[in-house]
This record gives sequence, structure tokens and C-alpha cells, in this order.
Amino acid sequence: MVEWTDFERDTIQDIFSRIEYDVVGPAALARCLVVYPWTQRYFGGFGNLYNAAAIKGNPMVSKHGTTILHGLDRAVKNMDDIKNTYAELSVLHSEKLHVDPDNFKLLADCLTIVVAAQLGNEFSGEVQAAFQKFLAVVVSSLGRQYH
Amino acid sequence: MTTLTAKDKQTVKAFWAKVSGKSEDIGAAAVARMLVVYPQTKTYFSHWQDQSPNSPAARKHGKTVMMGVGDAVTKIDDLKEGLKELSQLHAFTLRVDPANFKILSHNILVVMAVMFPTDFTPDVHVSLDKFLAALSLALAEKYR
Repeated sequence: MVEWTDFERDTIQDIFSRIEYDVVGPAALARCLVVYPWTQRYFGGFGNLYNAAAIKGNPMVSKHGTTILHGLDRAVKNMDDIKNTYAELSVLHSEKLHVDPDNFKLLADCLTIVVAAQLGNEFSGEVQAAFQKFLAVVVSSLGRQYH
Repeated sequence: MTTLTAKDKQTVKAFWAKVSGKSEDIGAAAVARMLVVYPQTKTYFSHWQDQSPNSPAARKHGKTVMMGVGDAVTKIDDLKEGLKELSQLHAFTLRVDPANFKILSHNILVVMAVMFPTDFTPDVHVSLDKFLAALSLALAEKYR
């Protein structure tokens, strides 16, 4: 079981209560599609992903970005059992969506960058450590049911 | 994975021109974050009396690293040749595991996001990420 310090718990609750989901979600997904363009393979039905401007302005990307970010809510509320919380989602990503689990880390890195840009200096080293630890647990849980 | 296009080089040079004035602060912040978020990296600095993230030694190291990055920008057309000596230093004297280059690169990107949120667009991010990867590869060139 993952051990969380009080600081880590408070930090995660604080970050997710402060960020604007419909800004951060879309920005993180868009950034991922630009910085790691091979991730576009999962979004064939999303229309124009030709360049950064197109990706940023694509309404399907924005909507999906928000959806993904809200998907993290369950982990935020269940930090002591993220593994089981995401068992079903893990199966979905493996069996139905066929997403290479290495991609979860790429999106997590982009989310870190976007949150850092939003929070500025408040995104201290300690806050970054807590956030990255949280995302690492999420990423691990999402990859767990693959076989 | 590490061929920089003309657009990448242009983007990196333009962004560097904007941010190089703060290169000491960027370096200090990146090293500080690295020591906090990836504590295993402290193993390379056991010779520092004060291993805390904002110590004078850490700040100085940040400055040194960013000067290297700035130098690499001027040698962007041939990083392997341009960073030959630095690679020898890292390979034979410092012997830093190259996995750590990725860690420090990640923290440099986080610092860019914190300090330059509007300028550090996705396009700049991808070019800078590629550049740091190419730099890291050039630094590891002499290892074996």
C-alpha cells in the first residue's frame, strides 16, 4: 500500500481544488499530442491534429482533456486505494482502447508541466514531488491490468 | 529521435535568447528541484558540506550546468563535436549515469513552465525537449 504523508495528502487535495479543469485538462492533452506526436495514433477520429494551433483549437481534444482530468478525481478521493479504484479503467485502456501504458507517463509529464505553469512559484520542489508521486501511482494502477 | 529540424534549432535559439538572462536562476531552480524530487541524485554530491537544495554549492552547480546548456545552444549544429570535452569529463571523471540527464532535463522543462508560462508553448516545449535529449546523447557519447 502506498504511504502518504500529511503534506502529500494536503498538497494533492489543494492542487485539484484549485486548478481549472477545463483549462488544465485540454492544455495537458493538447501538449501531449504536440510534444509526443505518436500519441495522436489514439485519436484518429478527432479530425484536424495537423499542427499545434489546430490541436489547441480542436473541440474534441478540449472535451477529452477535461474528461481525462476528471478521471483523476476518483484517485484524489481514494488516495489509499488507487490500485483498485482504477482496476476497471485499466482493463478498459488495455482491452478496448489498446493504449500502450508507456503513454500514461507521457501525459502525466505534460500534466505536471501545465500545472507548474498554472501555479508558478507555488509549485515548489516539494509540491512537485508530491504531485509526481501521485501521478506515478495513478500511472502504475492504470497499467496494472494489462496482460 | 534526436535529429533537430531547422524549425527546432530556430525555436530553441529564439527561446534561449529570451530566457538566457535568467540562466543562473533557471539552473539553480532546476538543480534544487532535482535534489528534492529525485533524492537519489544527491548521491553525486556527497562531497558538498551542505546538500540542501538552495545551498551555495547547489546554486553554483545550477549556474555551471546552465552555462553548459547555453554553450550547447551555440553548438546546436554539431553537438557531438561541440560537447566532446564535456562528454569526456562526464564519462571519465564525473561518471554520472546518463539516466540522470533525463531527470535534470525534465526539471529544466518544469522550471521553464514555472518561470515563462506564456512563452513555454507546446511548440517550444517539443523543440527544447528534443534539444535536451540530443544534448544528453552527445554528453553520453564518450561513455563506452
